Amino acid sequence: MTRQSPGPDPQKNVTPEGDLQVSGRRRNLSAAQVAAMEEKIRKIEFAISLVLRVGVILSVSVIAVGLGVMFYHHGDYASITGHTSYKTLTSRTTPFPHSLGQLRHSLVHGDGRGIVVLGVFLLILTPILRVAVGVVSFFYEKDIPMALVTLFVLFVLIASFFLAGL
Amino acid sequence: MTPLDFVVSLALISVAAGVLGSLVGLGGGVVIVPVLTIFYGVNIRLAIGASIVSVIATSSGAAAAYVRERMTNLRAGMFLEVATTTGALSGAYLATLLPERFLFAFFGVVLAYSSVITYRKRHEDQVLAVSNDRIANYFNLHGSYYDEAEGREITYKVSGTKLGLVLMYIAGLVSALLGIGSGALKVPAMDAAMHLPMKVSTATSNFMIGVTAAASAGVYFIRGQIDPIIAAPVAAGVLLGATFGARVLGRITSRTIRLLFVGVLVVISLEMLQKGLFP
Repeated sequence: MTRQSPGPDPQKNVTPEGDLQVSGRRRNLSAAQVAAMEEKIRKIEFAISLVLRVGVILSVSVIAVGLGVMFYHHGDYASITGHTSYKTLTSRTTPFPHSLGQLRHSLVHGDGRGIVVLGVFLLILTPILRVAVGVVSFFYEKDIPMALVTLFVLFVLIASFFLAGL
Repeated sequence: MTPLDFVVSLALISVAAGVLGSLVGLGGGVVIVPVLTIFYGVNIRLAIGASIVSVIATSSGAAAAYVRERMTNLRAGMFLEVATTTGALSGAYLATLLPERFLFAFFGVVLAYSSVITYRKRHEDQVLAVSNDRIANYFNLHGSYYDEAEGREITYKVSGTKLGLVLMYIAGLVSALLGIGSGALKVPAMDAAMHLPMKVSTATSNFMIGVTAAASAGVYFIRGQIDPIIAAPVAAGVLLGATFGARVLGRITSRTIRLLFVGVLVVISLEMLQKGLFP
């Protein structure tokens, strides 16, 4: 990982405008094309940051509701000093939903911990949804190389869930 | 300690983990795992499950802000995710083939080496003005960002994409195998191998670690490693901390971020070496 200096003038900080005669560039882009591409990236950035914010706010709200429900149902958990130790909830043998079937079951019964798991699930889905939005955005902006790259990432992510047995 | 005390105290610690994680581009597992295992006496398998949740929370919380502020190199991040997700997927099934002790020792050495590399270039703020990298040029992975600490727009070129891809594959592998350390390899891969500016490297690493972690989250969930009562305060606290950290990054100098990163990296590599050599 040594620092190379592939360019003729690596000391220079700012790219000269219209720097197009670089070797190795296979897609020749004019200054106008680069500007158009940057405008597209702005739009994609907005869509992606929106997805992330909505996902984060939604999941944290569901988690908070789940915690609230759990403490409401188990008054002894909610005291500051008491005999109930947190270790009953955090040991290796503590039961909690860890498959979609169990999750559905505990949600039907209004179990607070089930709601928390649902919130955590939404949190896990947020980056995956973010990749999906990337795929759609890149196709929409006709940036086919990047669209295919992100589509591959989305495919691997979905495959990971199927291979895990969900 | 009652469940309420546990949830509140862990949430507060998680806020700190989120701030640190969002600044240096790591998932906060470096704080969460030792706190859970040593301070709270939680089983390591559940602690690693919580670490995965913390990584996703840091990533989404920080990236929402970084992407909006154009600190993240979106194209480079999404391009490199090809390697991290493939690495994470293969890692989940290699776990049984490779002895964990060997993995910890190996990655301990790798991270110690990258902390030396990062420390040696702590004064360097040069960015590339030209790049001969065919892949980077084809996908147009170059970028620019506004540096608040320097008060100017910085335009940079990306190179060393092949080495970057290899390192990213390893980062995905580590994330799935050990549950920690994926950001620790991503930042040097971008900063040292691909010549992205340091702050862009940590912001882009933040952007990517969520996807890497999501690729192995399914396995952790099915194995019952994601305990809701641990995950809830970790997720909430880390999200809050990461959102705050992301607001601060722009104003801190690259040198400070590098030194902070080196500090964290040394801690992680010592932790891994200890697990590998003297378990």
